[in-house]
Amino acid sequence: MKLIIAMIQPHKLPDVKKALFDAQVHKMTVTNVLGCGQQKGYSETYRGVIHEINLLKKVRLEIAVNEDFVEPTINAIMKGARSGNVGDGKVFVLDLPRCIRIRTGEEGREAIG
Amino acid sequence: MWRRFFSAVRIIGLVMLGLMALPSHSFAEEPVAWASQVGLDTVWVLIAAFLVFFMQAGFGMVEAGFIRAKNTCNILTKNFLDFCMASLGFFIFGYAIMFGPGNGFMGFKGWFLVGAESASSVPLFAFWLFQAAFCGAAATIVAGGMAERMKFQAYLIYSFVISALIYPIIGHWVWGGGWLAKLGFMDFAGSTVVHAVGGFAALIGTIILKPRTGKYNPDGSANAIAGHNIPLASLGVFILWFGWFGFNPGSTLSVGDGELIGRVAINTNLAAATGGIMAMLMVWKMFGKPDLSMAMNGALAGLVAVTAPCAFIDPWAAIVIGGVGGLIVVLGVVILDKLQIDDPVGAVPVHGLNGVWGTLSIGIFGKAALGVPSSGLLYGGGFSQLGIQLLGVLAAVSFVVVTMGLLFKIVDATIGLRVSKEEEFKGLDIGEHGMESYSGFQVFTTQ
Repeated sequence: MKLIIAMIQPHKLPDVKKALFDAQVHKMTVTNVLGCGQQKGYSETYRGVIHEINLLKKVRLEIAVNEDFVEPTINAIMKGARSGNVGDGKVFVLDLPRCIRIRTGEEGREAIG
Repeated sequence: MWRRFFSAVRIIGLVMLGLMALPSHSFAEEPVAWASQVGLDTVWVLIAAFLVFFMQAGFGMVEAGFIRAKNTCNILTKNFLDFCMASLGFFIFGYAIMFGPGNGFMGFKGWFLVGAESASSVPLFAFWLFQAAFCGAAATIVAGGMAERMKFQAYLIYSFVISALIYPIIGHWVWGGGWLAKLGFMDFAGSTVVHAVGGFAALIGTIILKPRTGKYNPDGSANAIAGHNIPLASLGVFILWFGWFGFNPGSTLSVGDGELIGRVAINTNLAAATGGIMAMLMVWKMFGKPDLSMAMNGALAGLVAVTAPCAFIDPWAAIVIGGVGGLIVVLGVVILDKLQIDDPVGAVPVHGLNGVWGTLSIGIFGKAALGVPSSGLLYGGGFSQLGIQLLGVLAAVSFVVVTMGLLFKIVDATIGLRVSKEEEFKGLDIGEHGMESYSGFQVFTTQ
């Protein structure tokens, strides 16, 4: 079992979601985050004062998958989120030792479903 | 007890002093000079002008509420600046074109109001302010239809041109003694002159601009891009409804015996109410839920529709006209989405389609006894007035679509009409103005 975490551009979420659904991945958690990577920030001005914004708004996806879904999930995220510009984001793949479904108490493969 | 006695003495003393201070001639038999008919009319027209000015806030709130948070600062800047542009444009060129002496097409005298004359019984400056507020309303309608993707510089150019040139020319045709006025075309407070002009300028603009990214799927179906603040939009609708009590009743331009103001006010209110109810029922029937945003568009539709006929009809007709307006707005929104014409706030169905409907309704419900040259269809006047109304509104709409279409095309080819895709994603607040509307709030945007 793996936990796939991806940081993507917010406006790419609909595309990523569609690519994931096409790859039969229907379960995910999405959060709104701030972060900075290679993409430089931008500057805002407020009443004549310039200030730098370097923490940019990003979307964080978390998807727990069984081994056979790792590659399709990664590919789907890449397909949906890539624009070719700096700032497209990253995918992290972590080992997931346990997974329990609260309703039934199932563990492992069945719990991920 | 004593305190009350002293205060009574003090009041009597003040009154005595006041009487002594009055000039002696006020006790003579001469008529009092301060309450002239013109003075009263001027107060009325100015109060109406202030109410119409306040509609600018209503437009701002409706449009801000119906779009996404990331573009709010941009739409409000457009709303704010277009009134500034309209004020100057209407001062420098607009008034001369609209009310100056000239031919049937446009006026030629009174640039910068020099040598200009009032086209009503109230003094020129009061009349000008009232008309300038109308001009601003026509200009600001377009901001909503072209929201979330139009460049700010392009908008500034557009707002000056429509308020200095396009709106005054059509205004001259109808209210400035132009060719439509001579034909007997009637538009009491501007269903054609203000709303159809703004609405169809928005239509041609949004067609040339193309839909917002992500609004339509490749298969042609529409996605919902929900407005970010319905309370703000509701406030805007109430402000507009309130301001309309200046827009329509103020167009009497005089107080008279109060009969006409009263008729116009009740018709305005009834049409708005019925428009709201009918739009809500329609959207309930079609989509299963009473959608507030659509009901509010319906009330505005009723207001727009009754703007032309409000002085020439009985209250029952206002109810019918407003109700039909509410139905038109729901159908209009659905049809525009089918045609993939992206109008984020419903400017085209509310102002464009209902501007046309309101203008035509004079030919159906208008009464000759109330000032229409010939009675409408339902009062045995035949099709003559309806024909003139149809001709007038078609002429105005075609003129706007052609001239504004040309202007938008020229702007598109020179400085560009639409922001870059990247800026559209990031939001026009940051892209155009370098600031956020809700700084310190974390706004979740994935569109």
